[in-house]
Amino acid sequence: MRRYRIVLAVDDSLVDRKLIEKLLTNFSCKVTTAENGQRALEILGLGDGQHNSKKNDLKVNLIITDYCMPGMTGYELLKKIKESPTMKEIPVVIVSSENIPTRINKCLEEGAQEFMLKPLKQSDVKKLSCHIMKVNKSCKGRPFMGR
Amino acid sequence: MDSVTQLQGQLVDYTTSLFNEGYLNDQYTQLQQLQDESNPDFVVEVVSLFFEDSERLLNELDRALDQQSLDFRRVDSHVHQLKGSSSSIGAQRVQNVCIVFRNFCEAQNVEGCLQCLQQVRHEYSLVKNKLETLFKLEQKLLAARGSIPTQ
Repeated sequence: MRRYRIVLAVDDSLVDRKLIEKLLTNFSCKVTTAENGQRALEILGLGDGQHNSKKNDLKVNLIITDYCMPGMTGYELLKKIKESPTMKEIPVVIVSSENIPTRINKCLEEGAQEFMLKPLKQSDVKKLSCHIMKVNKSCKGRPFMGR
Repeated sequence: MDSVTQLQGQLVDYTTSLFNEGYLNDQYTQLQQLQDESNPDFVVEVVSLFFEDSERLLNELDRALDQQSLDFRRVDSHVHQLKGSSSSIGAQRVQNVCIVFRNFCEAQNVEGCLQCLQQVRHEYSLVKNKLETLFKLEQKLLAARGSIPTQ
């Protein structure tokens, strides 16, 4: 039985949301997008004034977030997720157009699963599928072509 | 040579020229590879979003650079967004101007920024034109193929 990965993709750019959605869908993921950190938290049930367990909170396997966003940065979103007892185990991948080592280290230290550079390509997403599958089984030698 | 073959040739030549002249880079190829039967208009859709987004940002830049006291951070923020979206679709020349533009923002160089705005508008309209031509060629080819009963 094929297991679907449910991914929450957060990015303020409409173009990038469309791109990440297609990249992930082509790898058999179900994708929900959010245009900012606040909205992402609401979707996860972590918004202000929300209680932790609501029936229609999205159960995600992976969160991919842009770093540079107005309001709440991807780093701030990462911190909020890692502070949550219910969400902290979900892998969070940070993506950024800028290759800044201090930024990368900061995110990895805060618990980001991976830091990737934009623009995202199919090979980047392939790398991620491995990470998600590692949770349950080894991805060694497993040809991963979505569809 | 029948019209399908001719059109195919034209399409290949035109696409190749866009890459050779630096209008598009490998990221555009990524978009083409992502397109499939489940989303046969994917490339056109993403590029259309890019057009909309760019036009909005260029207008914002006009406004931001028209102020008495320039807010370079605001200008930079718009250029950053334009750089991002052009990079995501592979619009290399637009992206390149944005990089220079951001440097001028950091240096708080008004003249440089104004020049870059002109340049980025120019590059944007060039690539928009080229992509629209490319899409029209693709449509012609599809139509020509569609009129052949067995394929």
